[in-house]
Amino acid sequence: MHPCPAHTHALHSTVTETPVITTTGLTKVYRAHRARGHEITALDGVDLHVREGEVYGVIGQSGAGKSSLIRCVNLLERPTAGTVTVAGQDLTALAGRGPRAGRELRKARSNIGMIFQHFNLLSSRTVQDNVELPLEILGKSGKERSRKALELLDLVGLTDKAKAYPAQLSGGQKQRVGIARALAGDPKVLLSDEATSALDPETTRSILHLLRDLNRQLGLTVLLITHEMDVVKTVCDSAALMENGRIVESGTVTELLATPGSELAAALFPVSGDASADDRTVVDVTFQGDAATQPVISQLARTYNIDISILGAAMDTVAGKQVGRMRIELPGRYEENVVPIGFLRERGLQLDLVEAAADTAAADTAAADKAAQASVPAKEGAK
Amino acid sequence: MTWSEMQPLLEQACWDTLYMVGWSTLIAVVGGLPLGVLLVLTDRGGLLQNTVLNKVIGQVVNIARSMPFIILMVALMGFTRSITGTTIGREAAIVPLAIGAIPFFARLVETAVREVDGGLVEAVQSMGGNTWTVVRKVLVPESLPSLIASTTTTIVALIGYSAMAGTVGAGGLGDIAIRYGYQRFETELMWITVGILAVVISLIQFVGDYAARGLHRRGGRSGAAPRLRLLKSRAPANAGSQASAGPGSMDGSAEAPATDIGKVA
Repeated sequence: MHPCPAHTHALHSTVTETPVITTTGLTKVYRAHRARGHEITALDGVDLHVREGEVYGVIGQSGAGKSSLIRCVNLLERPTAGTVTVAGQDLTALAGRGPRAGRELRKARSNIGMIFQHFNLLSSRTVQDNVELPLEILGKSGKERSRKALELLDLVGLTDKAKAYPAQLSGGQKQRVGIARALAGDPKVLLSDEATSALDPETTRSILHLLRDLNRQLGLTVLLITHEMDVVKTVCDSAALMENGRIVESGTVTELLATPGSELAAALFPVSGDASADDRTVVDVTFQGDAATQPVISQLARTYNIDISILGAAMDTVAGKQVGRMRIELPGRYEENVVPIGFLRERGLQLDLVEAAADTAAADTAAADKAAQASVPAKEGAK
Repeated sequence: MTWSEMQPLLEQACWDTLYMVGWSTLIAVVGGLPLGVLLVLTDRGGLLQNTVLNKVIGQVVNIARSMPFIILMVALMGFTRSITGTTIGREAAIVPLAIGAIPFFARLVETAVREVDGGLVEAVQSMGGNTWTVVRKVLVPESLPSLIASTTTTIVALIGYSAMAGTVGAGGLGDIAIRYGYQRFETELMWITVGILAVVISLIQFVGDYAARGLHRRGGRSGAAPRLRLLKSRAPANAGSQASAGPGSMDGSAEAPATDIGKVA
């Protein structure tokens, strides 16, 4: 193992079609202890399919059931119904009836790494001793433990902090220790429970890049839950949107973008802006795959000699591909623009017609929006 | 009474007190630590959740805690005789002292262990650790600064109990105070005894605080942080026992209750 190279873009995605985490009909119902009959359904028949070597993000608001989901994957939480299979092993079958985890389940858990929002490092132990903890549980010898721990600290870039205590570290460093600790048992799967939610944006980015690097270098499958769209955008190959204990949308980021009316795609690539006058047509253009690399907008303007203004755009490079959405405005009503729209569709772009927003509130903010987006056309013009 | 007469008396009394307190503290820690941990583990939501066992232990601890020590001592006489063969003397005093201190220490352990972040327990579980691993690697080490503070509190309380044991023939400083200081009007000896006790208690408190703070310094954000800040000000050990200080606790100098927020408004 080598320390993370600065540029990992050359490394290709390690996603295979082998399923690594599969849940079927996962249901979790919490019963309030005293009040009989008062039940809360945290998970309502969740089917999750995470392929080997991918970074899979589950996003949702608090209370959507994300936390219950990830805790059910290593059975920290016992599902009420449904099955969990990790790396071909049916964990729900290992769990047994009692509330305590049996030997089999504990062994299976040691093959699943987990990192936490609040790091959960033992304050009474040094960084190195924290990383050694899972190895102690696995019954490894002292020499082997310290060799492995130092190797992992090197991997996360914290060799010089081995003898420090967690209290002396910054949030980002603590999470790096958490990651090193989670990897000590050479897991195939890493569960990340809001691992970046307590960190500032800069640190979040560096932790996410570390996860991405580990995913690429070690072929590690990462299942992460988050409430931040940026996290999904930065590292995830696939994503799922959770609402009220159900997965309402899921798929690879490109698949989601290709799905008309996808909430997740809209949230990942938000565009806004309203028509500047009544006789205009506003269209959302979704770029994905090869189409994103062609200068289609300027081609359109030249071919039909029309003026196009860009109201808003959200473009990004996801998993090495350029994807995104753009809201453009064409002169004239929809009926007059059938030909240019056909031209764009022909180029492999997905188009959604935006109905004119009638509410006054939107009109009020339109001016501000336009000011904010003034710089966008110039930038995008280079395409 | 001259100093040369007092000196051997006091010396012997000091050793008797330390002997009684030392052994009973040891037994209290050995017995109270598992009991306190068990109280946390068997509680609802605990790793070994067992409501019945929890209620039973809790009830036994409560009864033992609320028993005035002097009554406990008399009530246990039969039991003491069956163990030590006598009810008089310092060995005999250790039995009721230890039995009185076990539930006291167990409650302190319970509060200390309860303060350990549940996330740490979860982390160890996610690594495949069992309950015993959680106790050994998380609950005890993480609450160690608080446990040391609790032990200090227990020692100080036991010095108080041991003086009471002195009144029924166990020897020690309490015995000196009652037999010489009170019954023979040796006021001077009385004050010397008080002075010695004050010094001993301060010393124990200082050492306990020092050890707890030393451990805590490297630990950083563990449950003991706010408590140790309290230790620095006044009424040190009580900060730890406040939550559990029932009617039976010997240390009367509990901190003043928090100021009423309503007054400020």
